[in-house]
Formats: sequence, C-alpha cells, structure tokens
Amino acid sequence: MEDMADLTFEQAFKQLEQVVQQLESEELPLEQSVALFERGMALAQFCEKKLDEAEQKVQQLVQVGNGGPTMIPFHAEE
Amino acid sequence: MEVLSVSQVTHYIKDLFELDATMQDLWVEGEVSNSVQSSAGHVYFTLKDAKAQLSCVLWRSTVASLERLPANGDAVLVHGRVSVYEVQGRYQLYVDRMQLVGAGQSFLQFQALKERLQQEGLFAAERKRPLPGFPRKLGVVTSPVGAALRDILNVLRRRYPLTQVIVAPTLVQGDEAPPQIVAAIKALNAHTDVDAIIVARGGGSLEELWAFNDERVARAIVSSQVPVISGVGHETDYTIADFVADVRAPTPSAAAELVVPDQQTLRAQIRQHGDDLHQLMKKYLADKQAETEQARLLLFRFSPRILMDRWRQSLDERRQRVMTSQQHRLALRRENLAGTKLRLQALSPEATLGRGYAVVSRLDTGAVIMHIEQVTSGDGIDVRVSDGHFTGTVD
Repeated sequence: MEDMADLTFEQAFKQLEQVVQQLESEELPLEQSVALFERGMALAQFCEKKLDEAEQKVQQLVQVGNGGPTMIPFHAEE
Repeated sequence: MEVLSVSQVTHYIKDLFELDATMQDLWVEGEVSNSVQSSAGHVYFTLKDAKAQLSCVLWRSTVASLERLPANGDAVLVHGRVSVYEVQGRYQLYVDRMQLVGAGQSFLQFQALKERLQQEGLFAAERKRPLPGFPRKLGVVTSPVGAALRDILNVLRRRYPLTQVIVAPTLVQGDEAPPQIVAAIKALNAHTDVDAIIVARGGGSLEELWAFNDERVARAIVSSQVPVISGVGHETDYTIADFVADVRAPTPSAAAELVVPDQQTLRAQIRQHGDDLHQLMKKYLADKQAETEQARLLLFRFSPRILMDRWRQSLDERRQRVMTSQQHRLALRRENLAGTKLRLQALSPEATLGRGYAVVSRLDTGAVIMHIEQVTSGDGIDVRVSDGHFTGTVD
C-alpha cells in the first residue's frame, strides 16, 4: 500500500470504504486482517484530519497584458 | 324574416363566449405590445405571436397585484377569460393573472433559440455529464462583487473546504456580459485543471438575467470540457444556460450544494466506518479464539496421555473379560460335579435299602450272601436295612 500522505481525501475515503468491505466479505489470515484493520483506522483518522485542517483556498483568474491569464489570491469585497 | 338589432347580435355573440367553458378559463402565452395604462389605472395591451394578436385588459385591481407593468416586448403567460366589449363590438381577454416569461428582448427570439438548440440535441439528457463527487478544484464564473459569489463560497467552505476555488470574474448583465462569460468559461478550461464550473448569478429582473439567454453563452457551456452547473436567479427563473448546463441548480447557493459533498455527512460516514472496523475486528478475533479453542480440544484428544489411558482401560476390560469367562467355566464345572454326585448317590446301597431292599451277610464270616448255597439251616445271619440291622437264624 502506498504512502498515505500522498492520497487525496477522495482516494483515502474510497480506500476506507474498500477496507471495511474487504473485512466484511473476505476470510483473511490474522496478520492480514490486523494489517487491514490498522490501515482502515489510519485512513479514517487521515480523512478526519484532512477535513479538520482544510482551509478554503480561493484564487482569481486574471488577464495580465497579452499573455495567458494568471492566478492571484482572491479577497472577497465585503 | 326576423330582423335583429346590433345590440341583440352583439349580446348573442357575447353569450357564445360566456357559455363556453374553455373561453372562461384559459392560459395564453405571448409577447406584449401596445401596452397603455389609462388614467383610471387599467392597462390595455395586445398579446401577439408570429401570426395573430389578441386584445387584453388588466383591471386596476389586477394591476395592483403585479410586480411591474407589462412592457412592450415582454414575454408573458396570462390567465383570464374571453368576452365581448359590446360598445366597441370587439372580443378581448380579461386578464386576472399574469407572469413574466421573458423580457427586454423578444420572447419569440428566446423561444426560437430554445427550440433551435433543443433541435440540435443540446438539452438532451444523454449529453449531460455527471458531476465529480469530490471536486478538488472548482471554477466559478460570476460577478466578483455579487451576493452570488459570497453565497457560493460560504456554502463550499461550510460543506467541503477541501475544494479549491478559482473565480473567473465577469459582468453578469448588460451587453458586455455574454462575451465575458464565454471568455471566463474558455479560460477556466484552457488554463486551469478545474473539475467542474459553476456559472452563476443572483436574482434579478428578467432583463438582468438576459445574458444567460445568449446563444454564445449557451455554446460556451456546451463546449466546456468539464461539467457545468448553472445557478441563475431564483427557483422560478429558467434561462437557456439552465437548459444546456449539465446540471441546473435553482440558485447559486444550490449550485454550490450540488457540486460538493457535505462534510457533516462525510464525518458521520467516517465514524461509522471506524465503528464498523472495530466491530469486524472484535468479531474476527472472537471467531479466531473460538477456532483456537476448538483446535486445542482436538489436539488434546490425540495426546499420548489420553492414548495411554485408553490403552490401559482397554487392557483392564480385557482382563476383566478373561476373569469373567474363567469364573463361568468354574461354575459350569461345579454344576457338572453336583450332577455326577447325584448320579452316584442313585447307585449307592443306601438308596436301594431305602427302597425296601436288605443286605444279608453271614454272622460268622460277614460275607454277603448272594447265593442260596452259601447258607444252611441254623446259620446265624445279619440283615441290614436302611436305618440299621438285626440278626436272625436260617430255618
């Protein structure tokens, strides 16, 4: 299994679902079951952490001169 | 020959309308022209389509309930009844309800464009793409200062702050709006890797929403490589952009809600998965423990001690069997012996004596007398019977 840090939320969330499903449906050797369980718990924690730490990032697409547009941070005008 | 007055004929015609159920309760769609308000407050106008026109009246009381007066060029949907204004000898529609369908430009033009794009198949359900479930990046085409953008950002932040937002600012009304909206959609497609695009505008009059009925905007939405969600105006507003978008949302906020998952739901699901994992593991371990216990019992059954015990027991049983059979044999023999003794007893002299026989012997020699020549007269004899003996003399 690849390193969790590289996963997107979506990937981690889907893997978590798969882990639960696999433990539910398959009869696996003890070592593998324990490893899957630990992986699942780590994925759940990872997903929650991602949500906890998420901070909305807003950028603005602007046209500068004649080149292609570039991105600058966006600040809402209240 | 019966001659009628003009009034009689007109009244007769009026009755024809008023006794007809359809004419007394109908909905009509058309474009407003020649709209005039009288000094009394009533509004008179003509409703027309490509081939015909219909005179309409809005009484003051109905006018009071309208958001705004019908303007020439408005596309409207009206409800009312048809009757005859006898003074002028003309039939007209007495409108009691009216709603705007399109405004500013000709409703007919809107209808024609809608029909043309529909014919092209641009509204077809098969053309519509599914939205990404967990968008990493979203493009938002709208005014950078409107409430629509604020609402969208609020909803996205509250529901799924993981989504990165790229705003492509545009005008959203006026003649400059359509080309800007087109350019924004194209730029997001060409220069960013957004997963979907929201095209939005807050509520406004139909004229203010008109940019979203522009064919160029419609075609830019169709050409977008990523799905487009429209959120224009209010629930009741329908624009061409809504028809060609992959998903039509009733408002800008609703567009944001449709495009991202809700983190409250996700968190609940994650917790549930965690609980499920614990439950599954608990059950798994309990099962394994039970299996181990089972195996241990099985193993114990084949342990050497148990085997030896079993052998010892079977030896014991065998010994027991040997002893039992020997005893049996002894008993049998004892029984035989008793039988023999009985037979022997049957043969003994006592038994014969018991039956009345006697044993006679010479008193002098003691010899048992079996033949007559063994004695002569005068010899002393001994007679033995079953319970004793006596003596006598031979005559």
